[in-house]
Amino acid sequence: MIKLSRYVLYDIVRSKIILGYTLFLLIISFSLFQMEENNSRAMLSLLNIVLIVLPLVSLVFSTIHYYNSYEFIELMASQPMSRTKILLSEYAGVSISLLSAFLVGAGVPVILFAADATGFALLFTGCCLTLVFSSIAFWASVMARDKARGIGLVLLLWFYFTLIYDGLVLMILFNFSDYPLEKITLLLSALNPVDLGRIFIMLQMDISALMGYTGALYKDFFGSGTGILFTASIMLLWMVLPLWLAVRKFKKKDL
Amino acid sequence: MIRIENISKKFRRLQVLDTISAQLIPGQVVSLIGPNGSGKTTLIKIILGMVRPGSGEIFVDGHLISTDPAYREKIGYMPQIGRYPDNMKVGQLFGMLQHIRNASDEKTDKELIGLFELEKIFEKPMRNLSGGTRQKVSAAVAFLFDPPILILDEPTAGLDPLASEILKEKILQGKRKDKLILVTSHILSDLDELTSHIMYLQEGKLQFFKDIDTLKEETGELKLGKAIARIMKGEQFSNNWIDKIMTLRKDEKIY
Repeated sequence: MIKLSRYVLYDIVRSKIILGYTLFLLIISFSLFQMEENNSRAMLSLLNIVLIVLPLVSLVFSTIHYYNSYEFIELMASQPMSRTKILLSEYAGVSISLLSAFLVGAGVPVILFAADATGFALLFTGCCLTLVFSSIAFWASVMARDKARGIGLVLLLWFYFTLIYDGLVLMILFNFSDYPLEKITLLLSALNPVDLGRIFIMLQMDISALMGYTGALYKDFFGSGTGILFTASIMLLWMVLPLWLAVRKFKKKDL
Repeated sequence: MIRIENISKKFRRLQVLDTISAQLIPGQVVSLIGPNGSGKTTLIKIILGMVRPGSGEIFVDGHLISTDPAYREKIGYMPQIGRYPDNMKVGQLFGMLQHIRNASDEKTDKELIGLFELEKIFEKPMRNLSGGTRQKVSAAVAFLFDPPILILDEPTAGLDPLASEILKEKILQGKRKDKLILVTSHILSDLDELTSHIMYLQEGKLQFFKDIDTLKEETGELKLGKAIARIMKGEQFSNNWIDKIMTLRKDEKIY
């Protein structure tokens, strides 16, 4: 499997898209830290980048990569290689390259300018989101029949997780404001990795005023260490579950 | 040895293969023929595990293929349309396959690479190759690990006469080495010199599976092409031997 991942990685590195992504993150983060005199304000801007751009890049890049390496997958399927191994090697290659791009592009500036708890929380969330959204992208690509549908599906998912979902949560909160909704709100937030990531970093920043209604509840519930552990395990679930579904579907698929 | 047991496959509502059963043994050169869309490629892909059958089972050397992908070590596959990673160079392709299989140089059969003069294009990326050159690469890949079973889907289509002769000679050499060879082709004169058995598929059904001498005797034609043409037209198409094949017990050898 490591051998296969190496070939996947080699292919990705040569395409230079990852290099562009790394440079983009580097330039954005450095300029944010240079422009804002207050580091925590720069961190907030960076947080928004991480929460919006990172899922988008992970989703689209993983999907395009999956369809572009279809020939490679086909070739490997005719070799003594199990389907699970093939798909997991692809995932490993994609996520390793996206992770290293993030760690170089955002990690280096953060460590240089804001190497505190908030900084590390941001890096941790970024890594989690990268893994989660490439895993979701793999699931979508295996499900969709062709490239256009696949990319359409991941764009829809991105809209859903970054924009529509928050709207839905707010709508539910407004419409049912006469009922006790605390626990349901907590559950609803766990259903969106982007929200989870936002809450995790916000708690480190200790600026709950900016968190909005969904986040304010977390302040009480997730102030403790168990809360953070809970967040981390939900994130893990978000990584494993779509990937597992993708592998299950991929094993039955006609290539 | 390949044992095919009651394989059926549907693509949505279209019945591509309908309860196919056959047993192929080493030393046979089996020609799989039939009109376009009769399910030849699908059957081959099912044997390779690239398409999952709707029902039925396939055993290669007594092992059920759906349980362990290791059986594909024994099969060399030449696809109808060879699709390879675009960025990969020809030399890298061979290197990668050898590396993934952990095969030392002594265990590989690079005769075809030499005969097709592929070393000259080792530095060319796969995307720049013409259709015929791709076919040459596919053929060299199929024979690379000197496998006991060869599955060749339209091997001579797109090859120039010289390359076609080289490949036919290589197939005959495999036959002498007691390999099991499964070939599909529309160029019946090509098969004439190679084939020992004919497997005829039509509309997803196995119409007959006979050795070539019996076939020629029954149709009264010496040329394979004419014999097949006669059968396609429905002349002298006696049903008793089809019935005989269809009612064979599972483990009984057909020949």
